[in-house]
Amino acid sequence: MLVYLLKRITHALPVAFGVSVVCFLLVHIAPGDPLTSVLPPDASAQLQAEMRRIYGFDRPLPVQYGLWAMKALQGDLGTSIATGRPVATELGKAIGNTLMLAVLATLIGFILGSLFGFVAGYFRGSWIDKLASFISIIGVSVPHYWLGMVLVIIFSVQLNWLPATGAGPGGSDAWRWDWAHIRHLILPAVTMSVIPMGIVARTVRALVADILSQEFVSGLRAKGLLDFGVFRHVVKNAAPTALAVMGLQLGYLLGGSILIETVFSWPGTGFLLGQAIFQRDLPLLQGTILVLALFFVTLNMIVDIVQAMLDPRVQRA
Amino acid sequence: MSAAASIAAMAAIEKSPGYWSGVLTRLRRDPVAMVALAVVLALILMAIFAPWVAPNDPYRSSMIRRLRPIGTPGFPLGTDELGRDMLSRLIYGARLSLLMGVMPVIIAFFVGSAIGITAGFVGGRVNTVLMRTIDVFFAFPSVLLAIALSGALGAGIFNGLLSLTVVFIPPIARIAESVTTGVRKIEYVEAARASGASGFTIVRVHVLGNVIGPIFVYATSLISVSLILASGLSFLGLGVKPPEPEWGLMLNTLRNAIYVQPWVAALPGVMIFITSVSFNLLSDGLRSAMDLKA
Repeated sequence: MLVYLLKRITHALPVAFGVSVVCFLLVHIAPGDPLTSVLPPDASAQLQAEMRRIYGFDRPLPVQYGLWAMKALQGDLGTSIATGRPVATELGKAIGNTLMLAVLATLIGFILGSLFGFVAGYFRGSWIDKLASFISIIGVSVPHYWLGMVLVIIFSVQLNWLPATGAGPGGSDAWRWDWAHIRHLILPAVTMSVIPMGIVARTVRALVADILSQEFVSGLRAKGLLDFGVFRHVVKNAAPTALAVMGLQLGYLLGGSILIETVFSWPGTGFLLGQAIFQRDLPLLQGTILVLALFFVTLNMIVDIVQAMLDPRVQRA
Repeated sequence: MSAAASIAAMAAIEKSPGYWSGVLTRLRRDPVAMVALAVVLALILMAIFAPWVAPNDPYRSSMIRRLRPIGTPGFPLGTDELGRDMLSRLIYGARLSLLMGVMPVIIAFFVGSAIGITAGFVGGRVNTVLMRTIDVFFAFPSVLLAIALSGALGAGIFNGLLSLTVVFIPPIARIAESVTTGVRKIEYVEAARASGASGFTIVRVHVLGNVIGPIFVYATSLISVSLILASGLSFLGLGVKPPEPEWGLMLNTLRNAIYVQPWVAALPGVMIFITSVSFNLLSDGLRSAMDLKA
């Protein structure tokens, strides 16, 4: 296990380095001079050169990267051009909101998806299987930002049951677990849960069908084990992979929450990204992407390690 | 075996239907895949012949007939926030939406296959360098990478296409690499090498035919994701710019109208949904038609 742990960490480190290089270069692939957004349009050539020196843009790229990475490691992700506040502060407020939304969506998606997938795999070929497969196809094919709009139309515009946007009366800073706030969470979380639901259902269906076709299941049945006993064995065998898929989905939702957060004006990292794009606030864009991508790399690593702990077969592979 | 018998055997091999025609036959027997194919073809035809199919000019706006409901005479699907005909805009929208959704996967299919096959076939240090680079891009969630790139590059059709292509190269290259590595170890490739065939010839004659199928099926499964992402970029104000008709952009501009004409505002999403479901079902059908080796 320790060997596997070390192997996995030494694999993640160069990837994390690469990810940081890509994020660093984002500002440099952007058209135009990165200084234009901070300088007045009529700035003199002398002032421009001076600013270039202060910001370090006159140095070679690798040196710039080194300075940027050192600062980033210390938690300094630069300053947002639009608000003038440190990017890290803006992110700190947003990340909790996104995490709350993504974790809830993953849980809903995982529970419903495993249920559909399990039933479909258990009764393979039956109408229940066809229905469950149909639902999971819908889940992976629906443009979720549109689904969010449709849910708003039904539950906010037509029925007036739930709020369409925002995070509650206190805004993003005063979240409490009471109905006034939770009702703001329902529509975005349900919308977001559709993606992992479809994917988990597909995975679990394939897993269950595969496990049921293996000899040890026939052996268990021959031994006289009832359906419930067989069920226990199937769950035990399917769980590590299903949990790994769930972990990865959480990562995808964290990184991909921008569309849903835009639809619902949910004050998370995705909403922040949307603002950064709208205002061409490159430091904010860069910092947010860096943090989300590194989060994803770390989560991937944790998922692999947990899976290896649950299922020793993974370690040998 | 006599010479005549071996010639007869060769003739029989030549006559026996190939792998791909078997796939086509099986695909044709799959009603779901056939319906999906019909929808996809209809959408493509609609995009090509948009000027003849659309009843109105998709750009002509009118301040006096904004946001008319579905079923308005002359405007069967209503009008948008600038009074433009929704039906015509949805029909014209197929052009950019399909282009932005399908093109990146096609380009990524070629580039990703080239990278993956090279890495898998050459192996060694080349493999390490190529695949570790691919790993870095694969480490981003796809939505995040697409938004990072097009967010930095700015709005525009070309920037959107470029960002999406970069997003889909890593997964395709990974599949191509693993399939090619598997094929490289099979004996007939060894035999070809032993008989003196050059690396390029081996790839062209022995490897390509065996790896391109699985890579192709995988690539088709990405089209639906790409469509949703492409429209998503336009929905965020990246990708296609107004006043071009594009489904994601239309959803974005109609978002403020959900309190006035909710169902008109939701229409562009229906088009994205239908297109993406059809591509998904077609890809699933293709996959099962190809897996059946019997």
